[in-house]
Amino acid sequence: MSILSIRNLSLRIGQTDILHDVSLSMQHGEIVAITGESGSGKSMTALSTMGLLPGGAAPQGEIILDGIDILQTPESDLCHMRGNAMGMVFQEPMTALNPVQTIGAQVAETILIHEKTSKAEAHKRAAEMLQRVGLKVAPTRYPHELSGGQRQRVVIAMAIALRPKLLIADEPTTALDVTTQAHILDLLRDLVREFDMGLLLITHDLAVVADVADQIVVMQKGRVVETGPTQHLLTNMQHPYTKALFEASGHKVDLPMRTTMRMVSAYLLHAKHIVREYPLPRKTILGPRPVFRALDDVSFHIDHGERVGLVGESGCGKSTLTRAILGLEDVQGGDIRLDDEPVFTHKHPNLVVRRKMQVVFQDPYSSFNPRHRVERLITEPFHLLENPPTGKAREAAISKALQDVGLSFEDAHKYIHEFSGGQRQRIAIARALIIEPELIIFDEAVSALDVSVRAQVLDLIADLCRKRPLAYLFISHDLSVVRTVTDRVMVMQAGKIVEQGKTEDVFTNPQHPYTQSLIAAAPQLPELPHAVETI
Amino acid sequence: MIRYALGRLTSLVISLFVASLVIFAVIEVIPGDPAAFMLGVNARPDTIAALRAEMGLDQSVVTRYFDWVTGLLRGDFGQSWTYKTPVAELIADRIWVSLPLAIYALILSTLIAFPAGIYAASHRGGPGDITIMGATQLGVAVPNFWFAMILVLIFAINLRWFSAGGFPGWDNPFQAVKSLTLPAIALALPQAAILARVMRSSLLDMLGEDFIRTARAKGLTRRQALWKHAVRNALIPVLTIIGLQFSFLLAGGIIIEQVFFLPGLGRLIFQSISARDLIVVESVVMLLVFTVIVVNFAVDIAYAAVDPRLRAKA
Repeated sequence: MSILSIRNLSLRIGQTDILHDVSLSMQHGEIVAITGESGSGKSMTALSTMGLLPGGAAPQGEIILDGIDILQTPESDLCHMRGNAMGMVFQEPMTALNPVQTIGAQVAETILIHEKTSKAEAHKRAAEMLQRVGLKVAPTRYPHELSGGQRQRVVIAMAIALRPKLLIADEPTTALDVTTQAHILDLLRDLVREFDMGLLLITHDLAVVADVADQIVVMQKGRVVETGPTQHLLTNMQHPYTKALFEASGHKVDLPMRTTMRMVSAYLLHAKHIVREYPLPRKTILGPRPVFRALDDVSFHIDHGERVGLVGESGCGKSTLTRAILGLEDVQGGDIRLDDEPVFTHKHPNLVVRRKMQVVFQDPYSSFNPRHRVERLITEPFHLLENPPTGKAREAAISKALQDVGLSFEDAHKYIHEFSGGQRQRIAIARALIIEPELIIFDEAVSALDVSVRAQVLDLIADLCRKRPLAYLFISHDLSVVRTVTDRVMVMQAGKIVEQGKTEDVFTNPQHPYTQSLIAAAPQLPELPHAVETI
Repeated sequence: MIRYALGRLTSLVISLFVASLVIFAVIEVIPGDPAAFMLGVNARPDTIAALRAEMGLDQSVVTRYFDWVTGLLRGDFGQSWTYKTPVAELIADRIWVSLPLAIYALILSTLIAFPAGIYAASHRGGPGDITIMGATQLGVAVPNFWFAMILVLIFAINLRWFSAGGFPGWDNPFQAVKSLTLPAIALALPQAAILARVMRSSLLDMLGEDFIRTARAKGLTRRQALWKHAVRNALIPVLTIIGLQFSFLLAGGIIIEQVFFLPGLGRLIFQSISARDLIVVESVVMLLVFTVIVVNFAVDIAYAAVDPRLRAKA
């Protein structure tokens, strides 16, 4: 008998259709993965199952959990079922826990609200559950004292404290580093086997899906387009959307060979022995301030026209390095030069150098001022120039930058909210290109994008390399992306560059143990036999 | 936690020192010679000089500052020039009116604001929320002395439940509290309106947080999630406002003290400024600054009690 069966679930919120005829079923001890791009209805399917839809939502159909139709159950009974018969784990472990309660108390709360048991007994069981999920810290700690991975373990302990029949995990590893992601996925897999529960895993990451799911449900725009056992679906995918999704996910761009530059002897960017330290709070009131060394003797160079990748986990110093290169902050030691000019002089970024560098950030939504038109947004770097173009020349520059990224001059008069996430990232690239910089820094520039859009933006970058010799530093936590768009890669750990070399060499034959563990932890998309034929 | 408290204590001492310097300097530059003022326009220069010597005004600025501060530390606030009594006695009389009034008003304001704010936030957009928000809008806009006059009209003149003003002293505590009730309500209403709005918006922010969704997924009802998870987190901005309001209530009750003929600190400072009784002004202002800084210290400690993240920071 199936533990969860969703039949013809449709959902409207206000006037908007969210889900159409979604059906799926799940057995005990089975992992079912719902996958699809943003807006496909994955999360809404999960929230419907928990009975936690936002106000004004009107679901229709059936969601049968262990013989009970969730949609027909009154709120008071649903409260009794949540945490008891079904538990849920969310994406953002940093904010999913109450900051003012100990982790032990938060796990014990699940037990206390559902069972008549003493507080001491509940705390004892909570401590056992925290141990079961592999947490090695005391239950009396507060969430802010834990790392993201540890917090996610606490959230999992909370969700499974009463051994529910169904666990729903909504992007449980998306906010985590690859090695942590591997550990959390292992934990979830073990728990499913041990407790014989069903796991509904919501994720956009097809490599994760292929890795852990028994059954795959592919959703697009609120509909299930394809479903089946993992092995069968991977080898026999039928629906064009499924094929396109997998193709985009493992997308390899056709990066042109580095054009041999005129022989320039000097490096484009040369960083020597950079040290960046941040002061920490004093341990005693008048004692010396301890320092945190975010960059520890970092040396590297980027040649003219060279595409360099930088990978590493969160907190390793990637962002600090970006700020140092851009000359936004001074460093405590070492020297960074672009075209043999220092990037930071006299307590200010060196403007002579700044106009040769541009940056594209991760979030296409918050990196634009919503009150300015596109023409003003993308011409912002002009203020770095001594003689910015005006009149016709300015229009020509705007038009060229927009056309370079696949947009048109008409778009110059629109506001940023009129564009999709992928188009916004194109505009961000146009903004970087408009002063024809010698170096572009892509700081997690495709990390927030859906796979199909990500593939397009990566193609765009390759395309730009074809049009002009482009040197960039591509910073990302996503190894597969870095592998396809760079000539050379650097691996960073705890403020040090532990390995650097030709991209293919590093990926096929990593030398440093840290690089090896990173590559081993990254989930792999299976080789798809028919992928080549698609689209 | 102890390190956090010590850190706050250090900053408290530094603040007090800086405040004493500033107060002393400001009083120094106020135009008008107190001795000349006290003796009137027809006084002879040598009489004025004699009085200046008696008051210590002929000594150097540094000596006077030093004497004043060491006096404060010993509890000796000096002698009032106009009242001819020790300033400490003057203040002691008045603070037994102003301090209870401020605390009374703060308790009332909190008792009104918390339920109103929490109710409004948990029934967002409903008729209760709209009514409460409308009332607080009015409370913020209308000045407290107007409330005071309305209260006197209704409860003192028409209903005769309370007296219209004056303070009988603490010999009969019931009468004392009764005479402070109308002033406390008048002071509390605008503060309660501000506090209720802060409470509501802070709570609404918290209700949108991820950990509330987590709590709901555990099986807590909407109400349980609100009380067990949102309220304590919402307290931080509310505590800030309460700290600011206490300082305001203690020193800023001057108009209400006038309306109700209460012998409080506000009236004392007002009269002393008019009479150029600088030693009283200095001491009262320093006392108010001291209270404000101590209250802020208490608020800082309360933050740490509410939020474990602050305990870790020094």
